[in-house]
Amino acid sequence: MQAFDGLITLIVFLPVIGAAVVAIAGREQMLVRRIALGAMILDLLLATYAWLSYNANGPIIEQLGDYASNPWIPGVNASYLLNIDGLSMPLVFLTALLGVVAVLGSWHVKERVREYHVWLLLLLTGVQGVFVAGDLLLFFLFWEVELVPMYFLIAMWGTGHREYSAMKFVLYTLFGSAFMLVGVLALRFAIGSFDMSAMTLAGQEETLRVAFLGLDAIFLMFLAAFAIKLPVWPLHTWLPDAHTDAPTAVSVLLAGVLLKMGGYGLIRINVGMFPSEMEQWAPVLVIFSVISVLYGAAVVFRQTDLKRLVAYSSVSHMGLVLLGVASLGAVSVTGAALQMFAHGTITGLLFLVVGIIYENAHTRHIPDLGGLIARMPIVGAVFVFAGLASLGLPLLSGFAAELMVFLGSFDAYPWQTGFAVLGIVLTAGYILWTVERVLLGPLKERWQSVKDASPADFVAMALLVLPIIIVGVYPALVADVFRDGVTLLVGGG
Amino acid sequence: MPTQIDAASLGIDFVHLAPEIILTLAAIAVVLVDLVARDKRVLAWLSALGVAMAGGAAVWLWTSDASGASYSGIVITDLFGTMFKLIVLGGTLLAILFSPAYVERRLARFHGEYYGLLLLATVGMMLLVSMGELISIVLALEIQTFALVALIALLKDARSTESALKFLLLSAVATAVMLYGMAILFGLTGTTFITDMPGIVAERVAEGGLANNLALIMAAVLIIVGFGFKISSVPFQMWVPVVYEGAPTPIVGYLSVASKAAGFAVLMRFFIVAFEEAGLDTLDWPLLIGALAIASMTIGNIVAIIQTNIKRLLAYSTIAQAGYILIGVAVMGNGAANVYELATSGVIFYLAAYTFSNLAAFGALIALSPPNGNDSIEELTGGFSRSPFAAVVLTVALISLVGLPPTGLFVGKIYLFYGAVQGDLWWLALAGALNSFVSAYYYLRPVRRLWQSGGPAATESESTRSLSLRASMAVSLIGVIILGIVPFWLITRATEAAASFTP
Repeated sequence: MQAFDGLITLIVFLPVIGAAVVAIAGREQMLVRRIALGAMILDLLLATYAWLSYNANGPIIEQLGDYASNPWIPGVNASYLLNIDGLSMPLVFLTALLGVVAVLGSWHVKERVREYHVWLLLLLTGVQGVFVAGDLLLFFLFWEVELVPMYFLIAMWGTGHREYSAMKFVLYTLFGSAFMLVGVLALRFAIGSFDMSAMTLAGQEETLRVAFLGLDAIFLMFLAAFAIKLPVWPLHTWLPDAHTDAPTAVSVLLAGVLLKMGGYGLIRINVGMFPSEMEQWAPVLVIFSVISVLYGAAVVFRQTDLKRLVAYSSVSHMGLVLLGVASLGAVSVTGAALQMFAHGTITGLLFLVVGIIYENAHTRHIPDLGGLIARMPIVGAVFVFAGLASLGLPLLSGFAAELMVFLGSFDAYPWQTGFAVLGIVLTAGYILWTVERVLLGPLKERWQSVKDASPADFVAMALLVLPIIIVGVYPALVADVFRDGVTLLVGGG
Repeated sequence: MPTQIDAASLGIDFVHLAPEIILTLAAIAVVLVDLVARDKRVLAWLSALGVAMAGGAAVWLWTSDASGASYSGIVITDLFGTMFKLIVLGGTLLAILFSPAYVERRLARFHGEYYGLLLLATVGMMLLVSMGELISIVLALEIQTFALVALIALLKDARSTESALKFLLLSAVATAVMLYGMAILFGLTGTTFITDMPGIVAERVAEGGLANNLALIMAAVLIIVGFGFKISSVPFQMWVPVVYEGAPTPIVGYLSVASKAAGFAVLMRFFIVAFEEAGLDTLDWPLLIGALAIASMTIGNIVAIIQTNIKRLLAYSTIAQAGYILIGVAVMGNGAANVYELATSGVIFYLAAYTFSNLAAFGALIALSPPNGNDSIEELTGGFSRSPFAAVVLTVALISLVGLPPTGLFVGKIYLFYGAVQGDLWWLALAGALNSFVSAYYYLRPVRRLWQSGGPAATESESTRSLSLRASMAVSLIGVIILGIVPFWLITRATEAAASFTP
């Protein structure tokens, strides 16, 4: 175990420090943006440094006090334990990266800028915390921290039925976490502390003994929380609403990292701590995942709101994550994790582009759009690029991830995988159709004066385009790290 | 031969009652100074000083680890009781601190009465915490009830008078029912000292005389009525919304924390001590309490959803909060020794965090509410632009009441629910967690209004500039956050208090 050097703590809480500085000193809009951007760039640099350090020295662990003598909450025996392993590292990096993108993507926000950035930064801390928590109670705490900032960001700076959507988001998540809380406490009761690594080992050795609640029940309690967050059909209905009404940067974060909390939880807890229950329930989960993939993709065709369209495509893509996880092989679970990373960058980029289009055209209604590429060449090109990445074009990150998922799941579930692959065909269909409707065709009269991306938008897009290409060309860069983390949980092979 | 009666044989002991005595003297001093003082604001500081001194005495009792029975066993001193006295005193101090501006504005003619009665009510609550004898319990209960009735009626308008009368009548009914239960218990055991009861009950149980005894069950149920009224648990909650809407806002805040804490203390002391030996097959009171917990949480939370008045909303919220705490009480009675300590300290921690959270909410409401006394949720619109500090305080308080991190009640809920899981009552933990989910809906609505723009003209009202109000809001806010981030100090103290109370 390494000494406490505060690296992870700093990565997690740097946004909070940024938020405090913004709250105190942010009298001017530009200053607020610069502070927030500075905090997130620093966070990204720290995350990069942590990744390099991970590559050199392996997992990083930080703990204040310890379980035996000096716990954080005595009585229930929780500790301040943070831990970056292969599964968390890329997600931590992704969160920091999308944090920078989110601040850049918020450059156009003019209303109550200071409060907006405070909430945005607090949200990022909550998400980072989920990915690095090594103590189950801490995990639950960060899981809940993210709710209030998200509620405000959607309800105050959103569009349309924003209050409804924000509340729906909060209630769905809280409903899941009510069950998760009981699961967390029951696991603690069985294990004797909240140490997640102890739980993983105990799970593998099948020494979990819980008298009053079957392991199945606890497994399902966690599953409920993560399936809502992922989201899995039929628990996905909060997602399109939240996405449609959220401001651009929040959509980027929601698709980019908040959904990943669900996938991360599934791998870390359901797969890692309940291997035999997972095996038992996997066939059911595979069916749900295939439905998610196909249903999400099919519903996309009926959407006329550009953001809602991307939201449903998100449901479809996250279905692939579940397929990979439920197939339970090292390859398929690594593929699922890689798919989370790829989806985070690709869908984040799509939401960013859609946001820029909306910002300049003031509508997301697809039938009203058309021919935009003539006036927005950069945005249009990036849209096409993100679309191609989304439909799984080789040499872009989505391809590698989906390939791994399918390769991993095909052995165990050939038929189901076959159906899921159909989803890819649908994706290709709707992406190309959307590109055609929005970008191509004759330019409508009212879009003659539409502007292209601003410099801030341009930088934000570039930050997401790069990892899509890099991971697409050389997926091992991320996949190897994920594989190390995944092997710890599902065993080798 | 007539028995010699002297102070020693009666166990008269001024030390163990020092906080109560100091507070009574302070109450008298307030009333006297009121007669001569020109500037009535001095009364607030005088009573705050009295509370602080009583608190000092309680802290001294704590550090000297005072314990034992005095006054022939009527007064029980232990860390458990001292801890509750400190919670009650803390709530009183915060309530006094946020009173001056309100009293100046709405109760200008009653400065002396206001603070005097407030202190007397607190004396009643503190006595209630340490009483070990049935008749004394009733007396202590009545001291605080009558002081509270007068305080509720002090606004002297229609709503305030109505709510005071309702409180008085319902309280009288609850006390009467409780007395009936106590009479039955006295008939069964022949004693009014709760410390003597376990032995007698055990004897009767051994003889087979009390197994499934209906009279014992009835006594327990009837006594729960009296205590349930004090802690505002369903189905004894009818007075709560009425009183919360009608009474002066600082008094509502005070009532919602201090009275509840004292009620919980006596409830726990009575059931744990008196029925310790009865055995769960004879009297499954934890199940009864668990049922009340679920009813309180569910009904409180669901009815709160449809409220449009913020004080009524907080009234139903407090009913629901009582339900969460009752989970801990049920676990206390249900489990083995280690669970027992966990649950007891959980209840103490939760009540402390709840005191800070609820008082933060009420303090902020006093600062934010318009001078015309309109308490509808709509009136909070734009609160952030009018008074940013109060808006932040109210936001954090309500987030804490939902049970979201990083606040005191998040840790409190984890603590209570974990006790329930370990004490084999996991369904109570699940019910509590699901109720927290429901409560988010109504707690977040006022928060949303606060941060919205618009609303009444941005004039800072008199009360937001009151230094003592700001101070008490700041203290509550810090308390909520500190208990959420570094809870271990209080948890250690609460565990010590729980250990002192092991039967």
